[in-house]
Amino acid sequence: METVNNLGVMIAGPAGSGVFVSSVILGKMFLRHGLSVFITNEYPSLIRGGHQWAQIQVGFGEEVYAHRKKVDIVLALDRISVEEHVADLKPSGCIICDEGDVGAKAGNDASIRPLPLRKIVREIGAPSVTVNTVGLGVIVGALGGEADVAEGTIREQFRGRGELAELNVELFRRGYELGKKLDGEFRLRVPISASLERSGEARLLVDGNSAVALGALSAGLTFFASYPMTPASPILHFLAEVQRDLGIIVFQPESELAAINMAIGAAYAGARSMVATSGGGFSLMVEALGQAAMTETPILIVDVQRPGPSTGLPTHTAQSDLRFVIHASQGEFPRVVLAPGDPYQAYVLANRGLNLAWKYQIPVILLSDKYLGESFWTVSVFPNLGVEDARVSRERVSGFFPRYKVTEDGVSPLIFPGTPGSLVYANTSEHDEYGFGTIDPLKVKEMQDKRLRKYQSLCEEAEKSGVETVGSGGAVVATWGSTKQIVLEALKRVSGVKMVQVVWMEPFPRKKLLSEVYGKKLLVVENNATGQLASLIREHLLIEPSNVLLKYDGRQFFPEDVESWIASQVEG
Amino acid sequence: MSLVDPSVFDTGRRPVWCPGCGNYSILLALRKALAELEVSPERVVIVTGIGCHGRISEYMKTNAFHTIHGRVLPLATGIKLANPNLLVIGHSGDGDAYAIGLGHLPHAARRNVDVKLIVHDNMVFGLTTGQVTPTTPLGLKTRSTPFGNFEQPLNPVLLALSSGATFVARGFSGEVEHLKEVFKGAIRHRGFAFVEVLQPCVTFFNTYNTLRRKIYKLEDAGHDPSDLEKAIKLSLETERIPIGIFYRTSRPTLEDAFIHAMNPPVALRQKPADTKKILERFR
Repeated sequence: METVNNLGVMIAGPAGSGVFVSSVILGKMFLRHGLSVFITNEYPSLIRGGHQWAQIQVGFGEEVYAHRKKVDIVLALDRISVEEHVADLKPSGCIICDEGDVGAKAGNDASIRPLPLRKIVREIGAPSVTVNTVGLGVIVGALGGEADVAEGTIREQFRGRGELAELNVELFRRGYELGKKLDGEFRLRVPISASLERSGEARLLVDGNSAVALGALSAGLTFFASYPMTPASPILHFLAEVQRDLGIIVFQPESELAAINMAIGAAYAGARSMVATSGGGFSLMVEALGQAAMTETPILIVDVQRPGPSTGLPTHTAQSDLRFVIHASQGEFPRVVLAPGDPYQAYVLANRGLNLAWKYQIPVILLSDKYLGESFWTVSVFPNLGVEDARVSRERVSGFFPRYKVTEDGVSPLIFPGTPGSLVYANTSEHDEYGFGTIDPLKVKEMQDKRLRKYQSLCEEAEKSGVETVGSGGAVVATWGSTKQIVLEALKRVSGVKMVQVVWMEPFPRKKLLSEVYGKKLLVVENNATGQLASLIREHLLIEPSNVLLKYDGRQFFPEDVESWIASQVEG
Repeated sequence: MSLVDPSVFDTGRRPVWCPGCGNYSILLALRKALAELEVSPERVVIVTGIGCHGRISEYMKTNAFHTIHGRVLPLATGIKLANPNLLVIGHSGDGDAYAIGLGHLPHAARRNVDVKLIVHDNMVFGLTTGQVTPTTPLGLKTRSTPFGNFEQPLNPVLLALSSGATFVARGFSGEVEHLKEVFKGAIRHRGFAFVEVLQPCVTFFNTYNTLRRKIYKLEDAGHDPSDLEKAIKLSLETERIPIGIFYRTSRPTLEDAFIHAMNPPVALRQKPADTKKILERFR
């Protein structure tokens, strides 16, 4: 028997058939068996009728970072899914589907397992959409998973809806029995039961969007305003749901213009605030980005990227907003752009981002993407990072407070309206130390210099924590955002290559990055058409990468493609 | 008479508006209203947009946020939600509120956020030297409509009424005492208060004599401000122009919807929320 250290499962079906819920239940079941899990999905911008799929990758004794081209099992919930995903099977893989969905013959040597899935649903008298739960049971049974673990996961998924939970558990059990019978003849030879180990530290299975929300909460987030936009909306849904438990304000206003202005108003009043959107919504927020900079009001802006320009591909992934968010707005001012590559980093950088916004009184942009935002990874339990103190003044001034006091590092003392005896004037027009408008050339330059002086400290922060590396070797693959995960997956099977992830995109950690790539063969991999990280490397490091691999069809790279590209580049 | 002198709200800076501008009266009426209601300056936040009206934050000795063009209402909403102890008064012009910022007005009205919006409506762009706005009368020649305005002007009072505003009033800059009383009514009102102030632009569209001739006071006409249908009818009058309180009603505010986040207000929180329980769902 060939030893396998990972397993790929795909669940496919029409939109509205519970594909995503099933994938999370299955993923969680694997997590609770102590395994490393990754889940991603693909869907069109439709509510019903479109075809969608989720892929679950499970690691046995190794971490899984990304999806792969071929899977071991496909649970196909309709005939289209059978036909569509035969090609995604490994030679040893199989398709589990209902008897009635076997149409065209499967190609290669894949085996189709037609089972009476719908018959079971009918026997129990459950709604037809619950066929996915029977299928889940088949998979878990066939792989020798523990039924009680899976049933616990199902009950949690349907918490508060007792009858529905028990119905789904019953459907699962019937599928599980069916799956157990398959075990002997199952073409897949994955010793899952032997791999089961529930020892070790408990870990989390979390998506990038939730991780961003949790990271911001850990830094004291109390005000969140957001206009729905795929793929950032899950941040809004998550925070909206937990707002009453946490005593925070989560609000959906009339537009992104309103969202960011509300968040800036709340921050001026003293509340740590955040907005989340995708590139199109960010476009609308740009005028207020400059407002936050000019009034030195802290704000954390999350851009979960999708392909553009314009409406682009609403439900797909890209890394094409990098140059845009670095340069957006008229005028010149300091900002920070952070790009996490996995949910753990998303948590840490959302915390850091909100803290930096308040420490320096600047806009901070957290640049995520659909692949990171809507995919799930297994990560260590999030650390307790806490709130860094902002420079809030205890001094009481009678009358107007010098809110824009000229200081050595450019950061002025902060107070909020309502402070006894003191008044605070924020002004989007150029202003003096008290906020009053000015056109005096000396004062204008003094205030510009004051704001821009923050760059010095920010550059130091960027050099300190702006680059992450994994491995070592004479060649370097530089990447950013969720593409880091693809590169890590690819480098499992290529040696002598170091992965360098740029995390601080602005200010750019030029010295640190230079020290990591200097004298080495430099390759760049990113999910856009023009090589935006590569262009930043040229600009800041004055180095021409030896080659750049780009993808811009709305999909993340396959690690297999990155692996063979890197291998071919390193050989040469 | 109040114990507070209106001059406590004076920054001592000399306004740069044209002599005879209606903004002087609005500034004066506002200071007087706040003084008579004995509001402490540190509790007040004036939010101003872009236009001649926007200079008012330079002359009001209160907290202030001089925001970007058209965004007075969302900015004011954020301040109020974060700290409802503050009295948030928005100032906007007819360009700021009805052209670039119109998308926010009906929403502020229907969600009944407890902020006050005072619109300085002179029916023309002043600061950018005399272009058409959404309240410019039909046919008026401006620098951007040299052959006459071809767009039907907006009816802001009717818009506010139909959007669900809980306090709708109109004032005239030529009637400072009356305007002061309207402002006092707006400030006392719990919920969104919309006050449209008709004023001349002495440089680009001097309507003083016309307005003076046409206006009459709703109190004198015995109008009952709880009557929405009557208020809508009155808002349609053009031959004579009613000023005063058109409509006033009571409804839960936006802050009431976030009562779970008000004790203490989020702006005054020291510690991050405890997410321990929520993290359990990812295990």
